[in-house]
Amino acid sequence: MNTRLLVPNSAAFDWSTAIPAMPELVLLTIGVVLVALDLFVPTQRRLLPWLTVLGVSVTLLLNLGMSFPLRPDSMLANDGYAAFFSTLCLGCVILTALMREMYAEQVNSHQGEFYYLLIFAAVGMMIMAAAVDLMTIYLGLELMALPIYVLVGMQKQETRTSEAAAKYFLTGVFASALLLFGMSLLYGLTGTSNLTAIGHYIAAHGLLSNSALLVALALMLAGLCFKVAVVPFHMWTPDVYEGAPTVLTAFMSVAPKAAGFAIFGRILFSIFPELYGNWGPVLAFLAILTMAIGNIVALAQTSLKRMLAYSAIAHAGYALLGLVAGTANGMMATMSYLFIYLFMNMGAFGILILLARGQKSRESIDSCKGLAGRNPLLALCMLVFMFSLTGIPPTGGFAGKFYLFQSALAAGYTGTVIIAVLLSAVSAFFYLRIVRLMYMSPADGEVALAQPATAMVVALVISVAGTLLLGVAPGLLFDWAGVALQP
Amino acid sequence: MFTTFFFWYCALVILGCGLLAISLRNPVHSVLSVLVLFFHLAGLYLLLQAEFLAAVQVIVYAGAILVLYLFVLFLINLKEELKLDAFVPGVKLGRGIAVGLFVLLLWALPSFTAGQHGQWTSKLIEENGHVQTLGLEIFTQYLLPFEIAGVILLMALIGGLVLAAKIDRPADNKTASVPEASGQQMEKHP
Repeated sequence: MNTRLLVPNSAAFDWSTAIPAMPELVLLTIGVVLVALDLFVPTQRRLLPWLTVLGVSVTLLLNLGMSFPLRPDSMLANDGYAAFFSTLCLGCVILTALMREMYAEQVNSHQGEFYYLLIFAAVGMMIMAAAVDLMTIYLGLELMALPIYVLVGMQKQETRTSEAAAKYFLTGVFASALLLFGMSLLYGLTGTSNLTAIGHYIAAHGLLSNSALLVALALMLAGLCFKVAVVPFHMWTPDVYEGAPTVLTAFMSVAPKAAGFAIFGRILFSIFPELYGNWGPVLAFLAILTMAIGNIVALAQTSLKRMLAYSAIAHAGYALLGLVAGTANGMMATMSYLFIYLFMNMGAFGILILLARGQKSRESIDSCKGLAGRNPLLALCMLVFMFSLTGIPPTGGFAGKFYLFQSALAAGYTGTVIIAVLLSAVSAFFYLRIVRLMYMSPADGEVALAQPATAMVVALVISVAGTLLLGVAPGLLFDWAGVALQP
Repeated sequence: MFTTFFFWYCALVILGCGLLAISLRNPVHSVLSVLVLFFHLAGLYLLLQAEFLAAVQVIVYAGAILVLYLFVLFLINLKEELKLDAFVPGVKLGRGIAVGLFVLLLWALPSFTAGQHGQWTSKLIEENGHVQTLGLEIFTQYLLPFEIAGVILLMALIGGLVLAAKIDRPADNKTASVPEASGQQMEKHP
């Protein structure tokens, strides 16, 4: 064996490059432990959700407590940006795990696999949040997507879940292919896969006018837009969100989207900042389309679940506005908005789970009728979430939208913001219709409402508290996002 | 001269086989055309002087993965096609987008310029041998992506088992036999 090269290289290998991956490694270990528990101690399956919550919380704290200076050759960065998005995704995992047991009771499907698949998806999201290299970005994306494909199709009594899983898988793979095509062009043009190095190379070698670079940008944008469900790359979303188990729909409409926005921001701001003139207007156009289609089609829905699916599309459009602005302020607004969206959307889906009781026929918006009389507390929670989704003060949704519109205005997109405000007004119709049904319509005969499980109550309390607190003191979140963006 | 000819031959066969794979009705024929595609892909690796990758391509993809596909096809024994609703209304729109993408690439790719080169020249690789070079890079510089890929494979395995297991597990039933069997398989993997 030729040791001439081997020896200096192996001596040069530095284990400290692995330290930034510590939170991911811890979470991975927890996932593997849960696999083992599920296999060998099947009698203790009831512990799985609580162990998941515990493990993810530990990772969350560890993740917040760790910050390392970025090495030029590392593939994961442990910066504030990564910490922010990881916290967001892990928070979503915690809420999902809390809500899941109640849903599992309703549909009588207690697969323990749910929890560790969720955790592995969370590992993928953390990698996406921290990735500063095309390779880790792509691998993180796949590691996130693969467990979710399985989770969507896991509940096999219902035919629509298998169809949703098949659709999600096919579009997801297609989007990955587009993204990879763009990435390979970028690698060929610059000869490196590190985001910062690519940015420097493009600036230093005058590649900006190269049309191959533009095509790379376009392909990557298309791939990313698929992942965060921006119109016209949204056609999979309503069917998949409606077909997936409700608790998973809640998860999918927040966490993978947030992780998608994490790499979206990272790619646009570290590789293509000089091409802002090209991608800014395109994204503004897509944001308008997304808000328009999401809000207008949601008007016509009679199923609460499908309405929330379209509302998820519309909110991706709002969140995109911050990227459109192309400034640090805009990115801060997007990050804060996604965080607020976590609470209000998970909460709304939590109430949907309580109302629907695992039956498709009860997912209609009519099941909200007279909720205020049946369970005033629950109706009040739903009121908060609906107000927040519409963007009415003093809820978090208002603060989030305010920052987004402000940053887009500062960047000169006045027309876009006017349309966004108008479409927010349109969205009030269908969000407040729910409120009207809850408070002003008599109940349709059915009065029984299942008692929410403890974990579900905890999840709802967290959601309400988050929505209201961030509405009252949004500055805290916004400042944190600002600190996170500092290099 | 010969390399140019060989490249075009491989490229055209890959394109043709790819089209055949998605347009043939019989799934076994599709898999066979993918087999031919993989062999010509290995040819492209040879052109790039990546002999080891070419061998891996033939052994792993053509040898193992495609045979697995064939097994799956024989096992599930599809008598009729499964049909899903189309995502895009009308085939024409999809074809139009595909042609548009093709034209866009034709327009853009001539201005492609290759970027900087890494530290490994083909002479250096020749001296060290492909396997050693690849090993050095994967287990030092690219250790993290390599490990993530490993986790992805583990996920694919668990996911496949979850989807293949027939029953949804009821609340406090004794563990059914199917997940037990899947558990044993899972241990073999790492």
